[in-house]
Amino acid sequence: MSEKKKQRMYDQDVSGDGLHSIQKVIEPPRETSRPVIKYVLIGVSVLFLFVMLILPLIVVVVNALSDGWAAYQEAVLDEYTVKALMLTLLATVTAVAVNTIFGVFSAYLLSKFYFRGRQVLASLIDIPFSISPVIAGLVFILTFGNIGWMGDFLKAHDIKIVFAVPGVVLATIFVTFPFVFRELFPVLNAQGKDEEEAAALMGAGGFTIFRRITFPHIKWALLYGVILCTARAMGEFGAVSVISGHLRGKTNTLPLHVEILYNEFNTTAAFAVSSILVLLAVLILIARNLVEWKKK
Amino acid sequence: MEQQIVKVKNKKGVKVIPGFGLSLGVTLAMLGCLVLIPLASIFISASQLSFGEFIETVTSRQVVSGYIVSFSCAFSAALINVVFGVVLAWVLVRYEFPGKRVMDGLIELPFALPTAVAGISLTYLYSDQGWIGALFDKIGVKIAYTRIGITIAMVFVGIPFVVRAVQPILEKLDRQYEEAAAMLGAGKLYTFFRVILPELFPAMLAGFGLALARGIGEYGSVVFIAGNIPYKTQIAPLLIMTKLEQYKYADATAIALVLLVISFLLMLVINSVQIYMQRFSKA
Amino acid sequence: MKKKITAVMLSVSVAAAALFTGCGGGSGEKDGDTGSAGIELLNVSYDPTREFYAVYNELFSDQFDQDVTITQSHGGSGSQARSVIEGNEADVVTLALAHDITAIENAGLIDSGWIDEFEGSSSPYTSTIVFLVRKGNEKDIKDWDDLVKDGVEVITPNPKTSGGACWNFLAAWAYQQEQDGEDEEATKEFMKKLYQNVLVLDSGARGATNTFVENGQGDVLIAWENEAYLSMEEYPDEYEIVTPSVSILAQPSVAIVDSNAKAHGTEEAAKAYLEYLYSDEAQRLAGENYYRPSNEEILQEFSDQFDLDMNLVTIDDFGGWDAAFETYFDDGAVFDQIYEE
Repeated sequence: MSEKKKQRMYDQDVSGDGLHSIQKVIEPPRETSRPVIKYVLIGVSVLFLFVMLILPLIVVVVNALSDGWAAYQEAVLDEYTVKALMLTLLATVTAVAVNTIFGVFSAYLLSKFYFRGRQVLASLIDIPFSISPVIAGLVFILTFGNIGWMGDFLKAHDIKIVFAVPGVVLATIFVTFPFVFRELFPVLNAQGKDEEEAAALMGAGGFTIFRRITFPHIKWALLYGVILCTARAMGEFGAVSVISGHLRGKTNTLPLHVEILYNEFNTTAAFAVSSILVLLAVLILIARNLVEWKKK
Repeated sequence: MEQQIVKVKNKKGVKVIPGFGLSLGVTLAMLGCLVLIPLASIFISASQLSFGEFIETVTSRQVVSGYIVSFSCAFSAALINVVFGVVLAWVLVRYEFPGKRVMDGLIELPFALPTAVAGISLTYLYSDQGWIGALFDKIGVKIAYTRIGITIAMVFVGIPFVVRAVQPILEKLDRQYEEAAAMLGAGKLYTFFRVILPELFPAMLAGFGLALARGIGEYGSVVFIAGNIPYKTQIAPLLIMTKLEQYKYADATAIALVLLVISFLLMLVINSVQIYMQRFSKA
Repeated sequence: MKKKITAVMLSVSVAAAALFTGCGGGSGEKDGDTGSAGIELLNVSYDPTREFYAVYNELFSDQFDQDVTITQSHGGSGSQARSVIEGNEADVVTLALAHDITAIENAGLIDSGWIDEFEGSSSPYTSTIVFLVRKGNEKDIKDWDDLVKDGVEVITPNPKTSGGACWNFLAAWAYQQEQDGEDEEATKEFMKKLYQNVLVLDSGARGATNTFVENGQGDVLIAWENEAYLSMEEYPDEYEIVTPSVSILAQPSVAIVDSNAKAHGTEEAAKAYLEYLYSDEAQRLAGENYYRPSNEEILQEFSDQFDLDMNLVTIDDFGGWDAAFETYFDDGAVFDQIYEE
């Protein structure tokens, strides 16, 4: 095992960063011997994606455009839509920033050091995933709201958290909290800590070790994590819905605005606004592809 | 001081990598402020019930059937996601074909789409009048407003977890193992199940756990496709909403607490397995 | 190249962190600037009143002698009431049922006696429960007893999650009580059959309408009159409205949230805002939005639109909301019993 490990490290040094992509270039796909399997697998994937992901998206787009382009434009450029977009962007950027910082530190901690309670800590970090979004919103109400145990204190100092922008941001951070960590942890775990130990023994400082050894390993996972986190933060509905108070033009995010339009019997506009979210997701995808492509 | 603790706890005896104190501090501070303090409110709220009331609330027939519906559907959905998630990750990492990049980018879309929109779209597709639902209706299978519909909504919200957990590992996986296995005369299937799958297993498990946990808690998309008939298609999060609508905060948080504990235990088992396997492979 | 990417990524995260602290400061400032000129009113309302209040708010601010900005909030009636209890600082609430406003009163935010503060038990407009069926009415649905027939598929929301659905349940109950001469058990049996025919029990009224209209489920939707008219307006050729012989007078209630209005200094404006709902203009506006005006004369102007001969019971026939909730909708009460076994 340790022989192979060394071999693997050697490989990484040769190919530099982004091991996998270089491999793709150097080594032609070797599946030519059994193309059947390849095409079956691709077929299964395409079919699965088509039925589970693409069709729902087509439904969104078809409905969004069902009243024509002019109606679509009107819905998208509406004053409240733009305000909701701004709030969604604010909440998303904040959540991604906070969760990236947290994710890097916590994944480093849990993969490079052995200490009692690691499993418990890792599981605590995962909690926001497993909480129903409804409850995720409720916990902040039970903490900072009128009926919460910090409610009186906040009221006395005239600080508004729930049913205001800070609450929306907090709820978004909460539901996306583990995303970056979750992406980084398995990669760092698989990588082990031999390299860091070696570097430390040779006298490298903490930041240098992180920058020169740890970071190259997690770069791609970090990118995935940030993208997942961004996507999820943009689309979060349940938790934000509970905490926002639905104040039109003030605490409505895009998903909440979609719900409002839908409840207004304005299905077309609701799907039109949803398509903005789809579009944002596609933009992120393009950005990621650009980064990946540049790296080559 | 932290350094000293580590020295005692560290099985290898010497702690060489720097940054333990800093990363532990940052992790605990952020986790505490953003997650644990708000979560404590659930316990505070649920503690308004006496023990007897708590047990009565969380074991009432409707609530138990809610757990069962949520858990069984989330479990099936997570299994489906593991199978297709691994296939997808494999195809995305190992094969070159036109449209691959688009496919890769699509994976995150279930996250970006608000859960309510996802629920509405899926119901539109899978109801017996919908594009796909009509096909199945002909052979007598109803999808929307049954547990199958719930499972499909949960598959939708859970796909990215498995794919994105497995993909990075697969990308880092050394092909020399496979080459060695192939040279030794192992067949493709044998290589996959004996060489590759064990390497992927921790990541698959993590993805499974996340998809499962997400499914158990999912509300926004499921509520549209579920039918919400008591004892048949009523999910646990809906029961939480029911309690809230009746201004019974303590009851609502009690049910939430049970879901939370189940999910936490689930995560704990999965994380333990993952960490154990990592340690095992390094031994 | 490698270093470059590393550096970029690091600087991005640093910039993001800086942005975060900036955002924190920014949102703090927003909380402070409540002292701007003019009056701000927050009206926390429920879902189907959106179109009505959008127009009404303009009507009101045009004639009001002070500069007033009104912010609207809409959602399910129960969850909206909850948000006010939890700290959403509404000046006025305009909700689907008095029960929800009583909950806010019980939390100490509204002074008792609010129900007599405005005319007609503080209900400036009313509605009722009707059936929406598909064009042609193939299953020949005319009254409540047609809903329990075999093969009739009914769509209605869950009264435990949707305030509006409580009216549906009570209307059916009132009909059968009349048929059975108030035999409780027989009525329960009827309700059991009715809910066995329910195909989808949506969590909210709008969701139920969508299930019926967009997804084509069921033969009949039990709906608010105003929602039914909205669906008719959208798809004039596809649906018919059937008015049952017995229904219930649904009374959406309005109230000033006294403690918030006091704190904001908006008591007068809030009072004027709700009082103006009873003006002739506002009453007509309600009628145009398919709500029944509480002013009898103006209601007569809409006699073509509404079936004014329906036999309407009121919530008082059930002993008021508190009693009705305890009997029918509480945990283990009639509604839960219907689904047992």
